[in-house]
Amino acid sequence: MKRAGFSHRWLPILFLVPQLAIIFVFFYWPALHAIRSSFFLQDPFGFGENFVGLKNYTAMFKSAAYMRSAWFTVIFTVLVTVLSLSIALLLAVKADKVIRGAKTYRTLLMWAYAVAPPVAGVIGLVLFDQSWGPIKDFVALFGWDFRLGVNYFDTAFAMIFVSVWKQLPVNFIFFMSGLQSIPKSVREAALIDNRSASGRFWDVTFPLLAPTGFFLLITNITYALFDTFGIIDTIVKGKPGNNPMTLVYKVYVDGFRGNDLGGSSAQSVVLMILVLALTVFQFRLVERRIHYT
Amino acid sequence: MAQVTLNNVRKVYPNGFEAVKPASFAINDGEFVVLVGPSGCGKSTMLRMIAGLEDISSGELNIGDRVVNDVDPADRDIAMVFQNYALYPHMTVAKNIGYGLKNRKIPADQIAAKVQEAATMLNLTEYLDRKPSQLSGGQRQRVAMGRAIVRDPSLFLFDEPLSNLDAKLRNQMRIEIKALQRRLGVTSVYVTHDQVEAMTMADRIIVMNGGVIEQIGTPSEVYHSPASTFVASFMGAPPMNLLNGHAAGGRVRVGDHDLHHHDQDRPLTVGIRPEDIVPDTTGPLQINVSLIEELGAHRLLHGTLQDQAITIHVGKDHPVTTGPIYAAVKPNAVSLFDVESGMRL
Repeated sequence: MKRAGFSHRWLPILFLVPQLAIIFVFFYWPALHAIRSSFFLQDPFGFGENFVGLKNYTAMFKSAAYMRSAWFTVIFTVLVTVLSLSIALLLAVKADKVIRGAKTYRTLLMWAYAVAPPVAGVIGLVLFDQSWGPIKDFVALFGWDFRLGVNYFDTAFAMIFVSVWKQLPVNFIFFMSGLQSIPKSVREAALIDNRSASGRFWDVTFPLLAPTGFFLLITNITYALFDTFGIIDTIVKGKPGNNPMTLVYKVYVDGFRGNDLGGSSAQSVVLMILVLALTVFQFRLVERRIHYT
Repeated sequence: MAQVTLNNVRKVYPNGFEAVKPASFAINDGEFVVLVGPSGCGKSTMLRMIAGLEDISSGELNIGDRVVNDVDPADRDIAMVFQNYALYPHMTVAKNIGYGLKNRKIPADQIAAKVQEAATMLNLTEYLDRKPSQLSGGQRQRVAMGRAIVRDPSLFLFDEPLSNLDAKLRNQMRIEIKALQRRLGVTSVYVTHDQVEAMTMADRIIVMNGGVIEQIGTPSEVYHSPASTFVASFMGAPPMNLLNGHAAGGRVRVGDHDLHHHDQDRPLTVGIRPEDIVPDTTGPLQINVSLIEELGAHRLLHGTLQDQAITIHVGKDHPVTTGPIYAAVKPNAVSLFDVESGMRL
C-alpha cells in the first residue's frame, strides 16, 4: 500500500479536529458526565447533589422493575433482530427472482423506510387501537382480545410488530444489493453444480451474503436497543404502568419522568458497558467466520 | 461422452431481438468444436442454451440420446468453464473442485480421491487449501478446469475461458486445454472471439455473425475456402484481401490484371490471402507499397493495387522497400464471392 505523507506534523491533526470535536462534545463529554452523576444522588429540582458511591448501582440491580425491563430488552432485541433480518432476507431473495415489474415491487417494499420512528409508532397505535384498530379486529376473529397499553404481552407484541415492520425496508435494500453483488456467473456455476435451489442458497448465496448480514446484524441490534425509542415512546406514551419497556426507554422514564438523574445515569453506564461488550464479541467471534471478497 | 445435436434451435429475447436464428448442426462424440465470431454474434447465447442457462425459444437440443430442452443445467451432465472463472470465493480450492460431486451424493473419500487426481493433473496439489483470492489468474483458470473435469461430464462447455489472461499465459493455457481435452476425449464446445484460438484448438470451427452460422468446417477449410466475405475477413490476421473484380470472357480481372477464370460475365469480389501474393519481378501485379510492418519472422506490406487496399505477407529473407513492386498470385489461391450476398461462388 502507498503511504501518503504530510509536510507538517500539525496538518493531519487539523484535519481530524472537526471529527474529534464532534465525537468529544456529543459522545465522550456526555458519557463522562453520566459516569460521574451515576455516583451521586441528584436533587430532583437541581439544587445540589450528594456523593453516594455505588448505591445507585446496587439499588438498580436489586430493583425488580429494572430486571424485568432488562429481560424484556433481551427478548425484544433478539426477536426484532431475528425477525427483521430473516423476513427481509426472504423478501429480498424472492424479489431478486421477480423479472416483470421488479422495480415497482421493490419500491413498494422500500416505502416504509421513509417513515420516521414516532410516525411508525403512531401508525402502530392506529392499527392496534382498542376501538377501531384493523389488526385488533382481525385477531379478534381468532378469539384474541387484544388490549394495547393494558395487557403486557399485547403491548409487547405491538412494539415488536411495529419495530420489525419499520426496520424491514433497510434490511431489504441491503440484502437486495448484497444479492446483486454476487457475480451472475458464480450463481450460474452453482446452477450447474447443484440441482437443489435451497442447497444453492445455503452453500453459495448465503455465505456470500454474510458480510452484508454481519453488518446488518450489528445495525439491527443497535436499532432494536436504541432507535426503537420513538416507537416505544408513542406506544407507551410515557405512562409505563404495566407496560413493557426497553432499558433505553427506562433510562429516559426514570431520569426525566422520575427525576432520578443519578439512578438513570447508573443505568446508562451499564448500557454503555453492555454495548461495548457486545460489539467486541461480534467483531471477535462472528467476523472471523465471514469471508470478504 | 456424447454427441450433441441442434435442430433449428433459435433464441428470441422477450424484447423481440433474435439472438440466434434457427441453427442446426451436430457435434460428434469427442470432437472439439469452437464457436467463433465478433461480439454480439450469438455465440455465447448458443453456448448458454446448450448449458441450459438460457431458454431455447424453439427447436430441439439433444445431448447424447436425450432431448434436454427442459432439463435443468445440473441434470444435463455437462461442465462449464466461465470467462471470469466463477469460482466460489468462500470455498477452498478443494471444495470448489469437489462441490459438484458433493451434490451428487458421492461418498466423501471418493470425492477426496477425485479432487486429488484432478489437482495432480493440473498441478494444483499445493494450493488445495487456499481460497481463490490467493491464487493467480492462471491458477484460478486451472481450478475452474479442475471443477469441470472432476465431474466426468459427457460435455465440456467453455465460455471465452482465456480472455482474462495475459497473452503469454493464454498461449500456454490454450495448449494445456487442448491437450487435456485430447487426453480425456470429452466432447467440447468452446466459445471465443479470438480467431487464433479458434484455428489452433478446433477440430471444427463454427463461424457466427449476427445470429447466423456463416460456416462450419475444419480450421483449414474455414481458412482456405471461406464460405463468405465475412468469414474471409474475420479469420486470419491480417484478413484476406478482398478486391473488386470483374469476370468477362472467362477471365477474372482486378483492374488491368487477369487473376483467375470464371464462366459467367459478372462483377465479383476476389479474395486472396496476404501470404498467397508473392513478390516476383516478372509478376503481373503492380503494387504500390506505402507501409511496411516488421514482425520479426515476416513482414506485412500495406499498399494499393490500382486504388484498392491490399496487404502482402513477405518472409523475413526477402528485401523490401516502399514504392512500386511487382508480385504474382499463387495458383489456386483465389476465392471468388458474390458482390451482393458476399457468398462464395
